[in-house]
Amino acid sequence: MAEIQSYTMNFGPQHPAAHGVLRLVLEIEGETIQKADPHVGLLHRATEKLAETKPFNQSIGYMDRLDYVSMMCNEHGYVMAIEKLLGIEVPTRAQYIRVMFDEITRILNHLMWLGAHGLDIGAMTMFLYCFREREDLMDCYEAVSGTRMHATYYRPGGVYRDLPDSMPKYAESKYRSKKVLDRMNSVREGSMLDFIEDFTNRFPACVDEYETLLTDNRIWKQRTVNIAVVSPERAMQLGFTGPMLRGSGVEWDLRKKQPYDVYDRVDFDIPVGVNGDCYDRYLVRVEEMRQSNRIIRQCVDWLRDNPGPVMAEDHKITPPTRVEMKDDMESLIHHFKLFTEGYCVPEGEAYAAIEHPKGEFGVYIVSDGANKPYRVKIRAPGFAHLSAMPEMVEGHMLADVVAVIGTQDIVFGEVDR
Amino acid sequence: MTDRIDTLVSKIDARFGEKMNRVASTCRELTYELDKDDLIKVATALRNEADFGFEMLIDVCGVDYLSYGSDEWVTNSASGTGFSRGVERKPVILDEADEFDPRRFAVVYHLLSIQNNVRLRLRVFTGTANPPIVKSVVDIWNGANWFEREAFDLYGILFDGHPDLRRILTDYGFIGHPFRKDFPVMGNVEVSYDSDDGRVVYKPVSIEPRTLVPRVIRDDNRYSADLKDVKDG
Repeated sequence: MAEIQSYTMNFGPQHPAAHGVLRLVLEIEGETIQKADPHVGLLHRATEKLAETKPFNQSIGYMDRLDYVSMMCNEHGYVMAIEKLLGIEVPTRAQYIRVMFDEITRILNHLMWLGAHGLDIGAMTMFLYCFREREDLMDCYEAVSGTRMHATYYRPGGVYRDLPDSMPKYAESKYRSKKVLDRMNSVREGSMLDFIEDFTNRFPACVDEYETLLTDNRIWKQRTVNIAVVSPERAMQLGFTGPMLRGSGVEWDLRKKQPYDVYDRVDFDIPVGVNGDCYDRYLVRVEEMRQSNRIIRQCVDWLRDNPGPVMAEDHKITPPTRVEMKDDMESLIHHFKLFTEGYCVPEGEAYAAIEHPKGEFGVYIVSDGANKPYRVKIRAPGFAHLSAMPEMVEGHMLADVVAVIGTQDIVFGEVDR
Repeated sequence: MTDRIDTLVSKIDARFGEKMNRVASTCRELTYELDKDDLIKVATALRNEADFGFEMLIDVCGVDYLSYGSDEWVTNSASGTGFSRGVERKPVILDEADEFDPRRFAVVYHLLSIQNNVRLRLRVFTGTANPPIVKSVVDIWNGANWFEREAFDLYGILFDGHPDLRRILTDYGFIGHPFRKDFPVMGNVEVSYDSDDGRVVYKPVSIEPRTLVPRVIRDDNRYSADLKDVKDG
């Protein structure tokens, strides 16, 4: 019988299951992974260096493009670091809007993850189901900021504008009958908050639907149970955060432990796994979607009852309104200075961390008192997770590599920065 | 949070004394500077001793302090011909010197204690050596591996004892350390396809550096400490 020798295999960088541009060099014996060496950096854009060359506000848009499936959460980390340095207060309404959109983003991210993870390990339908719900949330992004993905909605001092009074509607077309059109537009008749409320009513049933497809599915469990088990000690040692850490049974969530904005005023639970395998991390994330839904609902109720400003009044940092600018000299000067030079941030350093859908997303800013940051360091959760990949796949089969990439919820925008 | 920080400060003072110097910090965060020779001892103690319990290393990053506090736009006098952008290009300082300013390169560690729910920042300056070098903390926190590779790639800081110090983010065969302040934003080389040779060729960059918004530092007394309400948070 011929002797089977171990050999080296290249995986990616253009591989549909690599969730972007991941190149893996795998040493394989038969079908068992002996060693994995991920090569990253194929999407490196030097975001941090670019941010050093621009006034603070001009880099918010770059943050959207880091983890491009949870855009507003990235912005949140960045503007929080600036706010910490400036020492400015954000109006409560803006804080609620941020929390609401953070959770909408979490659902967006987890839906993308569930769809892609499902598709990778053989559950085609998930992808279609998840994208159906994502569409509604994308519409919320579009209604509030004008773009479906790269919103640039959060600003130091609040959010760019208040929630809109109406939702955009589907237009008539020859492909849709009047009846279908009316049904599609029926939830869009009211304000944006009505639309989101309707979503929160519908969404738990959608999550139930996903769970009927996967949670007790024999194939799904075969592919995920006992795959890539990480003990809580190892998870902490390797710098895991977010669902990866909670899946291993460590109860740690920045929204509870170091609450920012109004997370201490909303009621939600933290799901924690037991075994630390892919299946537990799946359960944690699915439960997180339900909890996010709860938070969104509470924010909607609060936002309905409490109108108010959504941006700090300090016009040295936040722009005045167009109307003010047109008939007030001081506002005109503020506007001019802000949009040509930006604002200077006091000397110092700050690290702001948020509970990003993928883990702890931190932004460390060193300022020397200029209108541009001296150094921005983005601590991306996916970077730490991917660095643990060789350890997680060792001894598993080649097909499990895909399950591990899926369970880590890797997005290369943030890993490579 | 305030209590936790205060207890940690007193514990650190009692345990390490002179080894760790607290940096007057903004934003209610704890920052300590320490000598690079003490790093391993201090880091091991911070991780293993129950008083500190920093079981997680959140982040390691390099910082280049070369142009700290310098601005590009000097507006002392208005000219008779109008007001143009006075951005003066500083000559590029090559890093071929044998010695660096001892406070040029720093490695910043962000630690997190899950049991005590407190964060800590350590800063270690690399000293005058070229190339800059510090001890690796991979053995203490295994998660440091890629973060140190990143700092090496972007800043050229060596980590003594790192098991696999390779470039991580830049291209295969990349020359230089792109996040150093003396590395131009548009890089040194550009690539194009040479149809005669039938291959991709590297050439020196053909574009000029430009500044859209000059870097300015304004003295702003709104931020001076005695005029500000100090709040806990």
